[in-house]
Amino acid sequence: MQQVIELKGVAKRYDSAGAPVLGPLTLDVAQGEALAVTGPSGSGKSTLLHLVAGLDQPTDGTVTVAGRRIDRLSERARARFRREHIGMAFQFFHLLDDLTVTDNIQLPARLAGAGRRDAAARADELMEALGIRKHARAYPGRLSGGERQRVAVARALVNRPALLLADEPTGALDSASGHDVRELLRELHRAGQTIVLVTHDLTLAEACASRTVHLVDGRIALDSRAQAVR
Amino acid sequence: MSLFGTGAIGRIVRSGVGRRRVQTAVIAVATMMAVASAVVAGSLMVAATAPFDHAFERQRGAHLTALFDPARTIAAQLAGTGKRAGATATAGPYPSLVFRPVDRAGFRLPALTLAGRPGPGGAVDRLDLKSGRWARGSGEIVLDASFEGPALGIGATVRAGDTANALTLTVVGFAVSVSRTAQAWATPAQVAALAPAGSPVTRQMLYCFDSADTKEQMRAARERLTGSVGARALLGTQSWLDTKRAAEQGAAATVPFATAFGLLGLVMSVIIVSGVISGAVGTGLRRIGILKAIGFTPGEIVRAYVAQAMLPAGAGIALGVVLGNLLAVPLLSETEALYGNIPLAVAWWVNVTVPAAASVVVGLAALVPALRAGGLRTVDALAAGGSPRTGRGQWAHRLTGLLPLPRPVTYGLATPFTHPVRTLAMLLAVAFGTVAATFAVGLTSSLTAVGAAQDPESRAAVTVTTTRANTAAPPPPPPAPGGRPGPPLAHGHAAVPSPREAADPAQVRAAVTAQTGTESYYAKSETEVTAAGIPESLQATLYEGDARGGSYAMISGHWITGRGQVVVPTRFLERTGTTVGDTVRVTHEKETARLRIVGESFDTSGDGLQIHAALADFPSAEPTTFLVDVKAGVSADEYARKVAAVVQPLGGDATTNAPSGQEGVILVMSAMAALLTAMLVCVAGLGVLNSVILDTRERVHDLGVCKAIGMSPRQTTSLVLAPVTAIGALGGLLGVPAGYALHGLVMPVMGRAAGTVLPPAVLDVYEPVQLLLLGLGGAVLAVLGALVPAGWAAGTRTATALRTE
Repeated sequence: MQQVIELKGVAKRYDSAGAPVLGPLTLDVAQGEALAVTGPSGSGKSTLLHLVAGLDQPTDGTVTVAGRRIDRLSERARARFRREHIGMAFQFFHLLDDLTVTDNIQLPARLAGAGRRDAAARADELMEALGIRKHARAYPGRLSGGERQRVAVARALVNRPALLLADEPTGALDSASGHDVRELLRELHRAGQTIVLVTHDLTLAEACASRTVHLVDGRIALDSRAQAVR
Repeated sequence: MSLFGTGAIGRIVRSGVGRRRVQTAVIAVATMMAVASAVVAGSLMVAATAPFDHAFERQRGAHLTALFDPARTIAAQLAGTGKRAGATATAGPYPSLVFRPVDRAGFRLPALTLAGRPGPGGAVDRLDLKSGRWARGSGEIVLDASFEGPALGIGATVRAGDTANALTLTVVGFAVSVSRTAQAWATPAQVAALAPAGSPVTRQMLYCFDSADTKEQMRAARERLTGSVGARALLGTQSWLDTKRAAEQGAAATVPFATAFGLLGLVMSVIIVSGVISGAVGTGLRRIGILKAIGFTPGEIVRAYVAQAMLPAGAGIALGVVLGNLLAVPLLSETEALYGNIPLAVAWWVNVTVPAAASVVVGLAALVPALRAGGLRTVDALAAGGSPRTGRGQWAHRLTGLLPLPRPVTYGLATPFTHPVRTLAMLLAVAFGTVAATFAVGLTSSLTAVGAAQDPESRAAVTVTTTRANTAAPPPPPPAPGGRPGPPLAHGHAAVPSPREAADPAQVRAAVTAQTGTESYYAKSETEVTAAGIPESLQATLYEGDARGGSYAMISGHWITGRGQVVVPTRFLERTGTTVGDTVRVTHEKETARLRIVGESFDTSGDGLQIHAALADFPSAEPTTFLVDVKAGVSADEYARKVAAVVQPLGGDATTNAPSGQEGVILVMSAMAALLTAMLVCVAGLGVLNSVILDTRERVHDLGVCKAIGMSPRQTTSLVLAPVTAIGALGGLLGVPAGYALHGLVMPVMGRAAGTVLPPAVLDVYEPVQLLLLGLGGAVLAVLGALVPAGWAAGTRTATALRTE
């Protein structure tokens, strides 16, 4: 099966003299797989996500996403790669409050060079699919947490990314909204979307992920796929 | 206890200043530049007035200098005139005469008043000996200090005339008379010895009065004097008010523009400081809320925020005072040289008033936003600081999103509407910077035009003279205090040659016309004439041929087109009470012509009394200079060489003309304008920098989101720069007409201060392309100011930006 993510000997240090906050670790994620990364605070979950997203660069090792090594790309090249191949949803949504829902969703498409009409059509399609069509002209500040996260996911998917990264997607939501988002991620996984999900929420991990990796002190303490093989 | 009342406030101030290092630096630099500009402006104002008054008071200058006919007065009678005229002090009578010395190189110096005085002191007009010593015996002379230079120093000799038996005098000193009673001094016996046979020396008396501040008072004093000796005995008088006016004209002309720059600097400082502190309050709401929550009173908050502005502003003000003093030095030393031993420095009250005023202005500018901080309710501040902004500028995002531009650009274009006040501050900073630049460009162009208008000769390619150029440079014309020329020297700085050395003008004319490269030429003669209504002699330039190429800029009327016409400067019209169209009698030697005034020239040379007429009106005058334009493709150098080869054996010469150089005062003013503009443009750039830093910091999270979803560094840069460019363009659009208007307002005031009306050639100096470029300069200025924060926004790590809430 084709690998969407390949991490080889990846380590990240913020202090050159100190111990790495992540790794060294080796990990791959196959196309269509939904990986949940769990672990206590400070275990390196977010760092791992940032490295995969190209938001940060590893100190050691290689990061290959969608067949391309991104660990030594320039900031500009990583930005281009990200908007073409990666969609991200965050715990606090990170929506732009001064743009409407539809403008937020269209923005990555427009950045990638899509025409206004094409971007709008794709945004409409996603809003319809995610049940937020009625909020198209609304501003994020007027939506509930669950609705905002749906907008964030729609924005993440607008460029049909090979990989969807979700960082604590239910962390800031009440239980009802959290349930909605959980169902959304399950549907996406069922539809074949490759997902990496960073979460504290084991229920979410069990519900949405086909595989779980548990990090402790920056290292993989448990990989459910390896366990299954054993 | 700390400087700020309590240790806690001091700590808060220090941390606030430390956290906003760039803004702190911006405040310091902005106030430094504003204060430096204001100190320079203040110094110029002082230089325009105080030095003359100080020097006059120190020298016990003569309010009235009177010349008496020795045939109708006796010395004892003159000694009593002071009492009868109501004078508080008198000096004299001193023998005096007007003579025209010739230096070793054969150049005739201008006509000088020579006074015979036993020493430089006295009850009135105590001369400052700048170098050398006073004349002790025969054959010694002291000259006005303005003559001192490489060509004429202590020990140099001059002849009392150009005759073979003229006395030789050794220069033993250089002195300054602020009241301009004479330009040369010798012992009384020497003056008597220099008098031509049968023409006794006149008697000079110097008077001081209690009341001599107005023309009316001076007129009354003169009338009393006339009454005491009889009208025919009094040959002429010179009022100190005229001397003072002439002395102050040069520096006075600089006051309006320096004031304009000072005011611009002050306004910009207010904009910058209020912008920075408003920004600090706006972006620090959460911090203010926390401070209040832990027990800071509103008053302490206000003091803390005012202090955050006053700390860097205080440093900037101190540096500005130092910088202003340093910048004022070259200007003041120019003026100082004109007043003898009067040491000129920036007045103490300028060094006190300017920083005090700047402190008050900066303090008030900071107080308004600080009061807002102090007045915030704690819960509101905490809530406002912790929750995301919503609502502001959303309509702008909707509108700009429709523009057919790249999305980062349209997204960026909406951001100014999120913070309208900050946007306004940035707009004003750019607009004022553009005003300063536009004004400075106009000012320097006008000053250049003034310089060119005063030197029309330089327009001709080649000058052919009836005399040979001397290897030794003639001494400079002695400027009166304030930079205006003193006694007349032949116009164009060409000293009048001794007649025996001159070539025949007809032969020189023939040499010019015989040259195949001659396109056109006109000839002229510099001479002295008298005109009805003006007692002293005037400088006149008499033209032969089509002299339009050598015309001065015209304030009204037109240049001479033939005989019977005369062009005169403004002061001539004022002195004679005539207007363009009137007729005036002009006498050259024994020839008198009635000439119609056809134009008012812009000419400040020769004390503003140089007139221009046709050579044909005075048949005895002969041309001494031929100004030639060469045909296209003909080398002026080659042409001059060919003509020189012909005329040099005759006693003449030919040289190419260098482009018009600028006079010292004009150069200084241009340099000052450039410097002050550079400062204000820097301040404007810093204002933009401050606003963009505030915006970028506030939006760093949004920028992180944009980058996380794929915005490239270049797109991020364009997002940040797009609104700044738009604001800069708008600022330029507003600033250019305002600068244009300021130029139109200040230049005539400068002209009036210099005692002249300015012609259109000096006022209408802007080219459309220049204005367009200046307008675009607003956008360039704004982009330059925003480049650093834009680069910072593009370079910030996305992960870091996302963590910033």
